[in-house]
Amino acid sequence: MSDTIKTSNLSPEFREEIFEQPGTEKITLCFNCTGCSSGCPMAEQEPEFNIRKFLRMANLGMKNELLNSPYLWYCTTCYKCQERCPQGVPNVDALLKIRTIAVHNGIMLPAHKKVGQMVINSGHAVPINDDTKEKRKKLGLDEVPPTVHRFPDALNEVKKLLHIAGFDIIIAKKEEKK
Amino acid sequence: MSKLSFFLGCIAPNRYPGIEASTKKVMEKLGVELEDLKGASCCPAPGVFKSFDRTTWLSMASRNITLSEEMGDDILTICNGCFGSLVDANLMLKEDAALKEEVNKMLSEIGHEFRGTQDVRHIIEYLFQEVGVEKIKQAVTYPLELKVAVHYGCHLVKPTKERQLGSAENPTFFDKLVEATGAKSVDYEDKMACCGAGGGARTAVLDTTLKMVSNKLEHVIAADADCIIDACPFCHLQLDVGQTEIKKKIDKEYGMPVLHYSQLLGLAMGFTPEELGIDMNFVDNRKFIERIGGVRNE
Ligand code: SF4
Ligand code: SF4
Repeated sequence: MSDTIKTSNLSPEFREEIFEQPGTEKITLCFNCTGCSSGCPMAEQEPEFNIRKFLRMANLGMKNELLNSPYLWYCTTCYKCQERCPQGVPNVDALLKIRTIAVHNGIMLPAHKKVGQMVINSGHAVPINDDTKEKRKKLGLDEVPPTVHRFPDALNEVKKLLHIAGFDIIIAKKEEKK
Repeated sequence: MSKLSFFLGCIAPNRYPGIEASTKKVMEKLGVELEDLKGASCCPAPGVFKSFDRTTWLSMASRNITLSEEMGDDILTICNGCFGSLVDANLMLKEDAALKEEVNKMLSEIGHEFRGTQDVRHIIEYLFQEVGVEKIKQAVTYPLELKVAVHYGCHLVKPTKERQLGSAENPTFFDKLVEATGAKSVDYEDKMACCGAGGGARTAVLDTTLKMVSNKLEHVIAADADCIIDACPFCHLQLDVGQTEIKKKIDKEYGMPVLHYSQLLGLAMGFTPEELGIDMNFVDNRKFIERIGGVRNE
């Protein structure tokens, strides 16, 4: 808590990068009332995760600290904070934008990378398995659901779209050495 | 009556097909025609994909929406996450012409175009706003004598600016639908609390999110509820599979049945627990099924 913040380490560009997401510039309106963090269900379990502190750090441009914080990935996007903020700060939108900057810098949890890869391969974040196929049959449903799972052309469309969006490159990215 | 294109998402068809089957059964009884949204993909999951890359999120969501536009039907979702992704993408593209053009450039390469002609609906708000509690009551043939804990989940009601479903702190529409089945919706501590699954948190920090599940279960049990009723297969998975994970980790067994609203309504319409896949949870629901099973032998 008593660590000194060195202004030479701050990145004003990082702030601008966050503000590319419309509305997030409102983090400058935060008056530190703690309404967001005090109601956060995740902070109740893990006090190191503090949305208010995160957005303050973002406002200061503390890029490295934020992008490399393990707590960046704790938010469940329940939106309780965003609903409560008396200043209209879009807390969740801002946090998701910070995550996106992290991902675009190659910082991503392996487990999340797997989910991304799953969607690239199958079009589903949670693909079908044998156990569920059995259950589907018992229920009188088709063994394979009428999604991209059943229609190869549709899956190809999704694969192409993900490629056009550059998602395959994002997922393949490794963290660039600073 | 009306027709909707049925968007399945991932977890319902690929983990909890009982929710898919139940939705088809109850909607048919209510005279709402459902047509499969063929070739749809992951919505994509809002927390994870909005975290990764907004363009990817938006392009995949918009492709799913164009499939329903091509059918000329509004979309029915049975999942808060799918609802969140598809409603948000639909609104953004309807309101922002430049964004729409950008997305359409991508979609044109796979032969689709976003036009902005359809709406995205969630089964709970659709039943409440379009079908109505009275009509549902009339369709109930086996009123349920159950005490249930309603779990709205976050993205059904929040962000309120986009959802337009009233209070997110103290909503009542879902409880009214539950009570239309004869069941009693019991109040419990921190009822609107998040299940912990969203935003990629279940994937990232499972153990911490399981503490949120434990909290919810303790509160539900303290209120003497027979089961939890949810509106989202991902909450459903977190609260059901989560119990098996908690058992493994700390050897604590809650044995709480978790049902999607479509399954509860199905029971009240006289379908058997097996037809609705209530026996297919990862938690053993046998006791619960025995208890309700006897009522519906015709
Ligand atoms: S609720 Fe809003 S104003 Fe209050 S601390 Fe959080 S972001 Fe700042
Ligand atoms: S959206 Fe995230 S930061 Fe905000 S209250 Fe929920 S878990 Fe906490």
